[in-house]
Amino acid sequence: MARAKVARKSTSIDMTAMCDVSFLLLTYFILSATAKQPDPLDVKVPSSTYKIKVPEKDIAILTIGSGKVFFETAGPDIRASTLEKMGEQYKISFTPEEKKRFSVVASFGVPIQNLKKFIAMDSDERKKSGIETGIPADSTNNQLSDWILNARKSVAELHSEGMRVSIKGDAAEEYPAVKKIVDILQKQKINKFSLITTAEGGN
Amino acid sequence: MAELDTSSGGGKKGGGKVRSKKASTRVDLTAMVDLAFLLITFFMLTTTLSKPTAMDIAKPDKDDKSEEKLELRASQTMTVLLGKNNKVAWYMGEAGKTAPEIQSFDQIRATILANKKKVRETTGKDIVMVIKPTTGASYKNFVDIMDELLITGIKTAPAIDDENILDSEKDFMKQQGIL
Repeated sequence: MARAKVARKSTSIDMTAMCDVSFLLLTYFILSATAKQPDPLDVKVPSSTYKIKVPEKDIAILTIGSGKVFFETAGPDIRASTLEKMGEQYKISFTPEEKKRFSVVASFGVPIQNLKKFIAMDSDERKKSGIETGIPADSTNNQLSDWILNARKSVAELHSEGMRVSIKGDAAEEYPAVKKIVDILQKQKINKFSLITTAEGGN
Repeated sequence: MAELDTSSGGGKKGGGKVRSKKASTRVDLTAMVDLAFLLITFFMLTTTLSKPTAMDIAKPDKDDKSEEKLELRASQTMTVLLGKNNKVAWYMGEAGKTAPEIQSFDQIRATILANKKKVRETTGKDIVMVIKPTTGASYKNFVDIMDELLITGIKTAPAIDDENILDSEKDFMKQQGIL
C-alpha cells in the first residue's frame, strides 16, 4: 500500500502584517519623542538617586556652567510673552516675526541688548559667533532677575500657575557661583526650587 | 535563510519546452521586521530614560524677621561642612565644643547612619542635619550631600546654611587645608 503523502507546508510566515505594525509603532515613537535641542551651554549634570521627574510645563531652567548663566522657559506662548514684557521694561520693541523666532529658542544666554542680533541668527551662527556670553546677573545689571520675574508673571497670566524654577548646574561648578543665582531667586522670594540631576545607575 | 524545501520533488518531467523560471514576487521581510523592532525598542527606551530628575530644595527665607527661631538642640544636631577637594568636615552638637572630623564623600554615609542611630537611642528624637557649603565646595558636592540625606532616610528637612559659617569652623577648615 502506498503511504499517504502528507503535504509539506511552507515554514516561512508572511511578515507583511508584522512589518506594517512594527513600522506604525516606530513612526509613533519617533514622532512622540520630542526632538532634544542641543544645549548651547554644555554642562555635565551631577547624578543623584532622586526619582521625581522634572515637569514639562510652567518651568524655568537656569543653566549654570563655566561662570555663565543661561535661561530657558517652557512653552512658546510663555517665551513670547516673556520677551514682550522684557522688551517693555528695557524699551526695546520686538516685531511679531522676532517673537515667533524667539519662541522656539530653548536655552539662551545673551544680554538683552544683543538679543535682536541673536534672534536674527540661525543656530549655527549663534554657536560660532560667541555672542552667547551668558545673561548678566550682577547687582547693577541684573537682567537674569528680570527674566525670571517676567517669566513668572507670564506663567501666572497665561496658565494661572506658579512657575517652578530649576537649576541645572555643571558638576564642576564652584558653589559660590550657584549661590549667587540662588540669592537672586531668594530676593524674589523663591525659597523653594529644584536642582536638576540625572538618574544614577545602580543603588 | 533557514527555510525548508517545500517543492514536492521531481522537477523533470522530461521533454517539453524549457520554461524560464518564474521568480517569486514575495520578499523576505524578516530582516526588515528585526530592524524595525530594534528601532522601536531604542525609541521607547530613550523617550522615557532621558528625562532628568529633580531634587527639591527649600532654603530659609532671608527676609524672615520673625523672632520665632527654631532652637536646634545640640544633642541632636549634626553639622556637615563642605570643603574643597571633595572633603567634608562634620561635628555633632555645638561648634567649637567638639572637634570636627574630616572625611571623604564615600565615608560620610556610614557616619550619618551611625549618628542617626545614636541620636535616636540617646534622645529618642530624629537627627537634624545642618549643611554648610563653603566657598571651596563644588556644586556636585552639594548635590551629593543632599543625595546622601535621601539615601540615609533623613526625614527632617535639612537646614542649608551658606551664610553663617562660623569663624571657628573656618579656622578649622583652613588648618586642614580644605577651605
